[in-house]
Amino acid sequence: MSILILAEHHDRQLAGATAHVAAAAQEIKEILGGDIDVLVAGENVSVVAEAAAKLDGVAKVRVADNAVYAHQLAEPMGALLAELAGDYSHVLGAASTTGKNVLPRVAALKDVSQISEILDVVDADTFKRPIYAGNAIATVKSSDPLKVITVRSTGFDAVGEEGSAAIESVETVVENSQSTFAKQALAQNDRPELSAAKVVISGGRGMGSGENFKLLEGIADKLGAAIGASRAAVDAGFVLNDMQVGQTGKIVAPELYIAVGISGAIQHLAGMKDSKVIVAINKDEEAPIFQVADYGLVADLFEALPVLQSALSK
Amino acid sequence: MKILVAVKRVVDANVKVRVNGDNTGVELANVKMAMNPFCEIAVEEAVRLKEKGVASEVVAVTIGPKAAQEQLRTALALGADRAIHIQTEEHVESLVVAKLLATVVEAEQPGLTILGKQAIDTDNNQTGQMLAALTGMAQGTFASEVKVDNDKVAVTREIDGGLQTIELILPAVITTDLRLNEPRYAKLPDIMKAKKKPLDVKWPTDLGVAVQSKLTLLKVESPAERKGGIKVGSVDELVDKLKNEAKVI
Repeated sequence: MSILILAEHHDRQLAGATAHVAAAAQEIKEILGGDIDVLVAGENVSVVAEAAAKLDGVAKVRVADNAVYAHQLAEPMGALLAELAGDYSHVLGAASTTGKNVLPRVAALKDVSQISEILDVVDADTFKRPIYAGNAIATVKSSDPLKVITVRSTGFDAVGEEGSAAIESVETVVENSQSTFAKQALAQNDRPELSAAKVVISGGRGMGSGENFKLLEGIADKLGAAIGASRAAVDAGFVLNDMQVGQTGKIVAPELYIAVGISGAIQHLAGMKDSKVIVAINKDEEAPIFQVADYGLVADLFEALPVLQSALSK
Repeated sequence: MKILVAVKRVVDANVKVRVNGDNTGVELANVKMAMNPFCEIAVEEAVRLKEKGVASEVVAVTIGPKAAQEQLRTALALGADRAIHIQTEEHVESLVVAKLLATVVEAEQPGLTILGKQAIDTDNNQTGQMLAALTGMAQGTFASEVKVDNDKVAVTREIDGGLQTIELILPAVITTDLRLNEPRYAKLPDIMKAKKKPLDVKWPTDLGVAVQSKLTLLKVESPAERKGGIKVGSVDELVDKLKNEAKVI
């Protein structure tokens, strides 16, 4: 049996998460054999399909290009995947807001359980996943004939992009009279996507205001970093929720994570503790963030940040 | 319009959970339990819709052990009109929860069913979506704003990168995200009144749903501990370490 991956895409671009999901699929394939197919569903998504065809290990890209799949609403996406799932033993998607929206729906339509946010493939039917905000790791085994899974990107290194899979179109068109897209407001900036960035710099309540997040921007520009925030900073209204790093926000694992004015609540640590190198800048030397930081700097962030920015300019 | 709101009893969000000695789960003895925080937001939203005159009745439902009636009483104290307890002492996985809730939806015919987006114990984020699929309803997940307008509801959703607004034909399922509202605290007179509100107890067998798990929990472990590193004395030392020791910039 084969594996189907739901491609993650935004603005007619394949999202980086898909290459991580492909890596999880590759691990299952090494145990089970079979093929890895990718489903690209949306409207005017041929560019996405071409990008997906380059992912290493993918045999075939199936493209469902129709207005009904625009904005990837849960109802038509769920119905389409449930229809296609019959050919597969595993359906995998990213643990993104799209994957989490659609895949439980697919599982219920197929009368199987869904396995959320896997970090590790133990066997073709056994997976590790975080529970209790990452304070425990559960190993779960599925007895369902079809496994519907969301994959946490940080658990798997992305596959390469040297492939050349076949692209074929899916003719299935489902009806949707239940839900309609009204509008979307996405943050506009040139920075890398938070969950895929190699460097992330985040601000916490210690930043004092949304205005002060500008202090992070110059440094982020120098490092090519994405900018994140703790839940405390979001709750205080400094920045929008989509910048939140933590159990209730984005899970990140960059090469370098710089926590500025963040005390290090468990809920924040759950979102960034798998980063390769962690730097903490905080004026409170007792802050719990220092217990996980590789490099801690006890300093007033309003003094340290401008110095850091100029040091990076040298 | 009637609103059905589902709640779950979980380990209190402020408890630092620990894996138990035989690696079968987390330590639950003498641990404070509470309503799942996302479910509190769901109850609050339902009650606000009733206060605005959009909803006529709020029915709270839970699936779980006898003790979960505490969380139903909390929902009643917060403003739900009546409660349904589907009692089982067994572990119930999301698909089974969704099947049990689907029988309640069938019987109660709510215009809106509101759930938390995920429970903070198993962190699955599945039940609302599964319920919507099983009942053939549309879903508005991770909601940060809900506006009911006649036979439709506009739901603003927290998605990666920003916000998305969709319109759903009622009846529909909504799951709550953190910024939807700030739940109130129950007042003492309301807690007293809640004790007299109706609470029906049903069993999964009454509803024709088998409580069976297709996922087996093999093991629960503590995550790898991360060790603290060193303190640096200055920004220059930090930059030097990042360049020459960690080699990440």
